[in-house]
Amino acid sequence: MEHIRTTKVEHVKLLDRFSTSNKSLTGTLYLTATHLLFIDANQRETWILHHHIAAVEKLPLTTSGCPLVIQCKNFRIVHFVVPRERDCHDIYNSLLQLSKTAKYEDLYAFSYNPKQNESEQVKGWQLIDLAEEYKRMGVPNDYWQLSDANRDYKICETYPRELYVPRTASKPIIVGSSKFRSKGRFPVLSYYHKDKKAAICRCSQPLSGFSARCLEDEHMLQAISKANPSNRYMYVMDTRPKLNAMANRAAGKGYENEDNYSNIRFQFVGIENIHVMRSSLQKLLEVSGTKGLSVNDFLSGLENSGWLRHIKAVLDAAVFLVKAVAVESASVLVHCSDGWDRTSQVCSLGALLLDSYYRTIKGFMVLIEKDWISFGHKFSDRCCQLDGDPKEISPVFTQFLESVWNLTEQFPQAFEYNEAFLLQIHEHVHSCQFGNFLGNCQKEREELKLKEKTYSLWPFLLDEQKKYQNPLYKPSFSPNLTLLEPNTVSFNFKFWRNMYHQFDRSMHPRQSVYDLIMDMSEQNKQLEEDIKQLEAKIKQKSGQSDAVLLKERQQSAHPAPVMLKTPPCFKKDQPLIPLNDAVRTIEGSNAADNRYSEFMEELSKAEPAIVSLEYGVARMTC
Amino acid sequence: MEFAELIKTPRADNAVLHRPFHPTVEGTLCLTGHHLIFSSRRQDNEEELWLLHSNIDCIEKRFLGSLGSIVIKCKDLRIIQLDIPGMEECLNIASSIEALSTLDSVTLMYPFFYRPMFEIVEDGWSAFLPEKEFEVLNSVVSCFLSFILSICIYVRRSLRLRVLRLCFLIWDYLFPQVMMRSSQPLTGTNGRRCKEDEKLVNATLRPGKRGYIIDTRSLNAAQQARAKGGGFEQEVYYPQWRRIHRCIERFNILQESLIKLVEACNDQSHNMDRWLSKLEASNWMTYIKEILTAACLAAQCIDREGASVLVHGTEGTDSTLQVTSLAQIILDPDCRTIQGFESLLVREWLQAGHPFQQRCAQSAYSNSKQKLEAPVFLLFLDCVWQILHQFPCSFEFNEHFLVTLFEHAYASQFGTFLGNNENERSKLKLQQKTMSLWSWVNQPKELKNFQNPLFEANSLVIWPSVAPQSLQLWEGVFLRWNRPSRFLDEAEEEMKKIVDYNRFLQDKVNSMRKQIMEKETEDRIDRMDKMDRMDKMDEMDEMDEMDEMQENP
Repeated sequence: MEHIRTTKVEHVKLLDRFSTSNKSLTGTLYLTATHLLFIDANQRETWILHHHIAAVEKLPLTTSGCPLVIQCKNFRIVHFVVPRERDCHDIYNSLLQLSKTAKYEDLYAFSYNPKQNESEQVKGWQLIDLAEEYKRMGVPNDYWQLSDANRDYKICETYPRELYVPRTASKPIIVGSSKFRSKGRFPVLSYYHKDKKAAICRCSQPLSGFSARCLEDEHMLQAISKANPSNRYMYVMDTRPKLNAMANRAAGKGYENEDNYSNIRFQFVGIENIHVMRSSLQKLLEVSGTKGLSVNDFLSGLENSGWLRHIKAVLDAAVFLVKAVAVESASVLVHCSDGWDRTSQVCSLGALLLDSYYRTIKGFMVLIEKDWISFGHKFSDRCCQLDGDPKEISPVFTQFLESVWNLTEQFPQAFEYNEAFLLQIHEHVHSCQFGNFLGNCQKEREELKLKEKTYSLWPFLLDEQKKYQNPLYKPSFSPNLTLLEPNTVSFNFKFWRNMYHQFDRSMHPRQSVYDLIMDMSEQNKQLEEDIKQLEAKIKQKSGQSDAVLLKERQQSAHPAPVMLKTPPCFKKDQPLIPLNDAVRTIEGSNAADNRYSEFMEELSKAEPAIVSLEYGVARMTC
Repeated sequence: MEFAELIKTPRADNAVLHRPFHPTVEGTLCLTGHHLIFSSRRQDNEEELWLLHSNIDCIEKRFLGSLGSIVIKCKDLRIIQLDIPGMEECLNIASSIEALSTLDSVTLMYPFFYRPMFEIVEDGWSAFLPEKEFEVLNSVVSCFLSFILSICIYVRRSLRLRVLRLCFLIWDYLFPQVMMRSSQPLTGTNGRRCKEDEKLVNATLRPGKRGYIIDTRSLNAAQQARAKGGGFEQEVYYPQWRRIHRCIERFNILQESLIKLVEACNDQSHNMDRWLSKLEASNWMTYIKEILTAACLAAQCIDREGASVLVHGTEGTDSTLQVTSLAQIILDPDCRTIQGFESLLVREWLQAGHPFQQRCAQSAYSNSKQKLEAPVFLLFLDCVWQILHQFPCSFEFNEHFLVTLFEHAYASQFGTFLGNNENERSKLKLQQKTMSLWSWVNQPKELKNFQNPLFEANSLVIWPSVAPQSLQLWEGVFLRWNRPSRFLDEAEEEMKKIVDYNRFLQDKVNSMRKQIMEKETEDRIDRMDKMDRMDKMDEMDEMDEMDEMQENP
């Protein structure tokens, strides 16, 4: 690669980002075409994908070398000290070039080769079939049908080709309605609740301005309302704060006027926009990355960032949506401004609460594929896959994952997948290693020919499914289509340490109940197998009689095994599958890993011949 | 009996009980000397609530027409409401509850009346006698005995300087480093010194080694204490010791913190910002971090530096105990077993003279301002929970055990936590007149509920993380009554099932393998006997073949 000037730098120090005493590991830094690799003296490897790098910073030169701080999109922050400034400069420049990609074709996904043959690649892409998913929901049916209006992306470029609309919505109505909606994103079906016959629909804001109206759009909403025989009114949820929606009116956009639409109930739910979310996360990361953080600074920082408030707002909106569907059997139309950020959050979380299928591993993939990928959440812009407008970056999808995580904490048995699954998805949304999340909409993806040139993430996740399974999952906990009713009182929302400090090992519990239980239930399956085999063996043994003896004697050209070798089961008996030692041993059970250790280091440093206690006192008192 | 005088109305029918996240129940309310009993008296589903009067922190009365309601706020942080028809009855009951829940004589407390329904296997009172514990120590290294004795000579004279007590905790038998706790030295403003105290303290040092004094007050507070005759060790007189000040809060500041925290947890209407700012304003988590940090520091001095440690604050009965007991939990795997933890509580809290009765007289809901209440013990339990949370497999006990201890420290049928020190306890004749909590806990039947299914003895030192991101609100205590716990409980059950099933399967596999093995050996012996008898002619050939086998395995 033309950007790489130095491929290997030795004696680089990797600092612990929370240590105040500059604890560090020394090792070698390698720069490859796709990764930055650090191998420390203990041969432990730290791989950093170039696409994961959000920012590189070169700090002023110090006596020990030139510090280089790398911030990643998966919240890893590494702090290197490179002995020679020239090397540091080279790496810095290379990383700046490598982490910013101008063309899709330069992304890792286009060069990544997982050694799959072509048919496997095709099969991988076919794993998630949305048509199948709509069929599972129960559409098309008497009220809903597949519309071919957008087959050539003529009506809306950011929607998928296949869209489901009410049977009574004719093409002119669709076209008219789409002209009255921002970016042409007219109301379409997102989720259909079979039992309640209620639908969750999504769209963008209407171009109503202060007084404009559109008959086709009104017909469209009426058609959605009529497609639900069990309830004569429908809800329209504007997921923005009221103030934002009103401000949009001045720009000729806005929200539905209840007087113009018959039988709608209009509701604002107040989720902030992408810019607020971006700066909120920024503040959160600033706080959580502070060295020597006090509890009160942490809590007030958490409060000031507003992050948990936003997560709660998203989940509250989803709960509102679910109540309308499950309690009132009403159909709901959800929109925000363009209908691809907050709308995706609310629709997908709503469906997750309503339908237990989305709480399975496969179902969750389908949910993401449907509400996020196909409906045009701008993954490329939001995750900054290409060098673009920094104002378009926003952690909307991260918030969705965090909301799901909060639900898994409240309902430990309702989800087939675990935290690791969510973290892994988050990792790959930013990694650009697989084609799924590239681009901003389906049209763009087709133009990029992703299905031929890249691989799908889902089959790889399914292959290592075992890692992502929740050992406590109980499918019977939620028989088909049952509702989760989360408690959204503030104290239920916690800081997601495993996301934002995923790579700061010293902060994690040293033993994980979860891993242990996972290993145990895995082991249980193995033991059940063993028992079956042993049972068969015992049966066989007791069936043996002296009659066999004669036969055996004749065969006893090989009596040796009997005498020389111990029977296989004897050998097996001794180790008895040691309970995964890796989990049991306490990694990081080491004072040096913890914050208070600095006191000791200062103490031992201040170990002079003359006991100058004043010094010690001054340093030690709080 | 004088209780009868306090009970104005012993019984009210058609009362209604409201509990959060439970359906309301209609039934009869009865007052006895020590309990408030509510019974639904329904044939199909009898529900009964027994509440100790001593568990009641405060009550509030409300009236709506002739229907009176009593809101009862308990020391275990639960809040229930009773609707009682009839204004007079309601007032009577309220005043009776008030009187019965604030009895000032210890000897009227329930433990003196409680008769256990279970058979005592092991008497908790004699389970952890100091002599017995000491015996263990002595038997391990007898040479250490003389060391202790030599120290003891100084103890007497040293007492003139120290306010209260001096106690030794021997950590490592082979390399005698000790952790000691004491009260502050009485240096006063003119810097008094006491040679005996210096000798005593120095006697614990290994030759050439230094020691650390951890003062649980800030330097400022320690200096101010001199004006009242207290103070801290002067560097000049204790040259081999380095003093470290860690500020741990005490008394009313802690009590206020608890009140604020519980208030924040009980208000469901708080939006996120308000909740976080209330949580912050309570400072509870800050105190947790401070205590844990000090304990880790003490443990580190011993484990990493091999130094002796002396911990003290003012009296040596509150923050000192938090630090020494937590340090032992970090260092000593024995303290993480149920028996070991009980023994730690007896040694470090009860015998060390933590004034339980004063500190736990009132909990988070009390309005009366008294200076002596403080959730010192609850903070300690919270810190233990934080460590347990970070090392979920290293403790023999579970969260439920800690919650139970919290409940019993504030209100109990057992005498263990009565009184303020050993002296008071022996005067009250608790051992003869009341039951020990440990007698009940240590029954195999009860013990099962307190055991951690994931426990696997871990002999290592466990260093918890004290970063704010690693500490969590103890939901099992503070949110216990504020949210439905069904799903969490079920998950816990499921986990237990998986662990139990795992044990069952392992046992089964083992026994089956053994069975097969026995059978095989039997068969083999049989067979070989028979073979020998049947045919000795082939023997030579077989031997040859065997040789071959050995050559080419």
